[in-house]
Parts: sequence; C-alpha cells; structure tokens
Amino acid sequence: MWPRISTPSGIVEGLAGWPPPVLDPAGPYAGSVAALSWALIALAAGIFLIVLAALWIALRGRERLRARLGGERAIWIGGVVFPVVVLTALLIWGLTLTRNLSEPAGGPELRMRVSGEMWWWRVSYLDGNGRAFMQDANELHIPVGRTIAIELVSPDVIHSFWVPQLSGKLDMVPGRRNLIRIQADRPGTYAGICAEYCGGPHALMGFLVVAHAPDDYARWLAARRAPRAAPPDRQSARGAALFVSAGCAACHRIAGTPANGQAGPDLTHVGSRRTLGAGILPNNRGTMIGWIGNSQAIKPGNRMPPYTVLPGEDLQALAAYLEAQR
Amino acid sequence: MPEADPAAGRDVVQRVGCASCHVFPDISWPRGALGPNLGDFADQGLIGGRVPNRPDLLAAFVRDAPALIPGTTMPAMPISERESRDVAAYLYTLRDR
Ligand code: HEC
Ligand code: HEC
Ligand SMILES: [Cu+2]
Repeated sequence: MWPRISTPSGIVEGLAGWPPPVLDPAGPYAGSVAALSWALIALAAGIFLIVLAALWIALRGRERLRARLGGERAIWIGGVVFPVVVLTALLIWGLTLTRNLSEPAGGPELRMRVSGEMWWWRVSYLDGNGRAFMQDANELHIPVGRTIAIELVSPDVIHSFWVPQLSGKLDMVPGRRNLIRIQADRPGTYAGICAEYCGGPHALMGFLVVAHAPDDYARWLAARRAPRAAPPDRQSARGAALFVSAGCAACHRIAGTPANGQAGPDLTHVGSRRTLGAGILPNNRGTMIGWIGNSQAIKPGNRMPPYTVLPGEDLQALAAYLEAQR
Repeated sequence: MPEADPAAGRDVVQRVGCASCHVFPDISWPRGALGPNLGDFADQGLIGGRVPNRPDLLAAFVRDAPALIPGTTMPAMPISERESRDVAAYLYTLRDR
C-alpha cells in the first residue's frame, strides 16, 4: 500500500531487511501509525507550499495582494486560527491513536512477556493466567490475524521495543510493566530493534517476529511442545558434555538438561532460530562457531566471554549440539 | 575462472556471514577474529598454510574446509558449488595495495 522506505545493508539483508522498513505496515496497529505519519508529511508539504507562495507574494506580488498579506486579517487567520485548528486536530488524533495502540483490536488475544536485557531479548509465552509456559529469546512467533498483548519489562536499563511493521514503539522501563499490542495480517518475518540507547552494543540489539498462518502456528506450537530428542550423534553428544564442562550452562538454559543458567538467552530452541547474536547474524554452522569462539569481535562489549581457548573440534562439537536444539 | 563473478561472491560472503570469523577489507561489520584477516589473501601461496592456493582448491575449501584441512575450526559453509567459485573469485580481488 505504502512505498517501501528502507535501505537494506550488511549481513542481515537476507533475513528481514536492516534497518527494518518503516511506513510499510503489516497490521492494524502499525497501519494507524503510518496513516498519521503520511498525514503529517502531506500537511507539512502543503504548509511549505503556502509559505513559499506567501514569500513570493511578499517579494514579487502585486501591491494589492501584498497589502492583504500584510493586513491584520491575514495574521489572525494564518497566525492564530490555522495553527490552533490544525494543532488541536493533530493532538486529538495523536492521543486517540496512542490510546488505541494499547487497546484490544477485538477477538481473543494471546499474551507474551518480553524483557529487554543488555543487549538481547528474553521472551516468555504466557497462558491465560499470565504464567509463563515457554521460554525463548530474540524471536517471537505469532499467528496472523490475532492480537498479541505483550508485557514489556526490563531488569537493567531503559530499552525500547519497536517492530515498525507491526506497531508503534514503547519503552521498557525497569520496575514497570508496559503493555503494547501487535498484530500481523500477513505471514512473514518482521524485524524489530531496540529504539532507546542502552549502552555499548545497543545498535546490535535486534530481534525477529515470525508471523505464521494459523495452521502453521498450531503445528509450530505442537512441535515446540513435543518431547525433546537426545543428541543425535557422537559429535553433538560431546558438545552436550562440553556445554556443561566449559561453563556455558552457568549462563544458558536448555530445557530438559541440567543447563539452567539465566544470565544469557535461553538456548532450548537456538537451532531453529533464524538469527544469532540478537537478530544480527544469520544462523549457520559458521556464524555459530564464530559467535561462540569470539562474540566480542562481532558484538563488542556484549556479556558473553570469548572462547578463543577452545580448540576447533570443541567449537565444532558445541555448534553441532546447539544446532540440534530446535 | 572466467565465468565466476567477484561481486556475486562478495554478496554470498555477506549473506552467509564469513565476516563473523574473518576481517575483509571492504566489509565494515562484523570484523570477526576467530580466523585469519583476509586483507591480502590474493597474494598468499597456501590456503590455511597447507593447501596450494589454486582457484579450484580455494573454491572447494570455502565450501567444505574440513574436507581439505581435517580438524580446522572453519566449518563447511552453506553455499552451492557455483557460489563457491564466485566467492573464490572475490577472494582473489583482496590484495594489499
Ligand atoms: C557469563 C555468561 C555466559 C557464558 C559463560 C556463556 N554465554 Fe553465551 N551468551 C551470554 C549472553 C549474555 C548472550 C547474549 C549476548 C548478546 O546478544 O548481547 C549469549 C549469547 C549466546 C548465543 C547466541 C544466542 C542467540 O539467540 O543469539 C549462543 C549460541 C551462546 N551464547 C552460546 C554459548 C556457549 C556455547 C557457551 C559456552 C562455550 C556460552 N554461550 C557461554 C552469556 C554467556
Ligand atoms: C567459524 C569461523 C569461520 C567461518 C564462519 C569462516 N571461516 Fe574461513 N577460516 C577460519 C579459520 C579458523 C581459518 C584458518 C584455517 C586453518 O588454518 O585451519 C580459516 C581460513 C580461511 C581461509 C584461508 C586463509 C589463509 O590465510 O590461509 C580463507 C580464504 C577463508 N577462511 C575464507 C572463508 C570464507 C569465504 C568463509 C565464508 C564462506 C569463511 N572463511 C568462513 C574460520 C572461519
Ligand atoms: Cu538499546
């Protein structure tokens, strides 16, 4: 509907577009934001033309027109009535829109909680009572056509949750629980970013929202809840042991295993993630090893230590194990 | 390699994330440090200090490094044979000037 305004660049180009496209809404919440943006742009362009015309009249216009332009009436209309009317209308539009952004769009909602952490996203899927039944990180899976009510929290500093194609942006403030609603009306992958400077690698703090058709979503959820298989081969079994002995398990959780660390992203489904490093790298054997071996070269200042001491075969084994966590 | 396309090779390198382990002079981010800096790779005699630096061997190496250098940290990468020739052509444009 709207022209696409995005400048794809760099490594994640193939994933979802970086930076995420703005003014290209894929659901009702983002649609209302885009409509207001275009109205503002059109209005500003119109006013700019009027000012240019007035300037032309003032410099080159006929005497009679110049006199009218400089008259008291013109000042009252152009300087008082017009701004008051336009600004009041915009204020009402903006405030209603802000309220509607956190209002249900109708129909049964799904609930999630997203916690912004320096510099990644902790994701919980909530049941009807608000209790978390599934943990994940850096990726949100949603069905199309359903409204998702997302609680936004933060344990450290202020972050801001922004998926331009699905909603407005809302801050995640320590000690508060803010509510945002998002909805996608067509299946696809939508990139999100942190929109509030939160220190060091803030610019490398992204995530993805994956919107599935309803049937696909049901299948995806069933697969997530299915019992988990043991490491498929010897290499990944070795990786499983290394995950504990090398200390990864102290910071990362993998459901169904002794690994229950909470300082870093949940890795229970890391093998099926589309990205690594919080939305910044494609996910394949190479980037997995590159991240584990030396994430500090990729995302300087992030809170995972580099593992350059691990020999190649250990890194390969860890990557094989994590790839199997789907 | 007359039919290989260095520009297409660079796109492949960006897409699959080779830069998460290597520094490439014309890729500003990431600048990975697990593998060697490839700033003047074109003038090198050996690949990984072991394999002669020939176009066919380089194409095979970037696609499946462990097949040529068992035990290396560099894993097989998800690229097609065609793409691997483009990547090799791109790597031969990397030289210190
Ligand atoms: C001190 C805590 C800590 C330890 C120990 C640790 N990690 Fe991490 N890890 C993190 C944090 C924090 C992140 C998120 C970094 C970011 O994106 O800012 C992370 C991210 C990751 C990711 C990327 C996840 C994603 O979805 O993007 C992988 C994979 C990973 N770690 C694997 C490992 C492995 C394997 C080990 C052991 C060799 C390990 N980690 C040890 C804290 C740790
Ligand atoms: C997991 C990290 C990692 C990834 C991802 C990776 N490499 Fe490597 N690469 C290495 C390491 C480590 C070496 C050193 C090989 C050795 O000596 O065993 C290497 C060696 C090389 C060499 C030989 C360099 C020299 O000085 O001899 C080339 C060329 C190369 N890689 C290209 C690539 C390309 C192209 C890609 C993407 C398709 C890629 N690499 C992806 C880690 C990686
Ligand atoms: Cu931030």
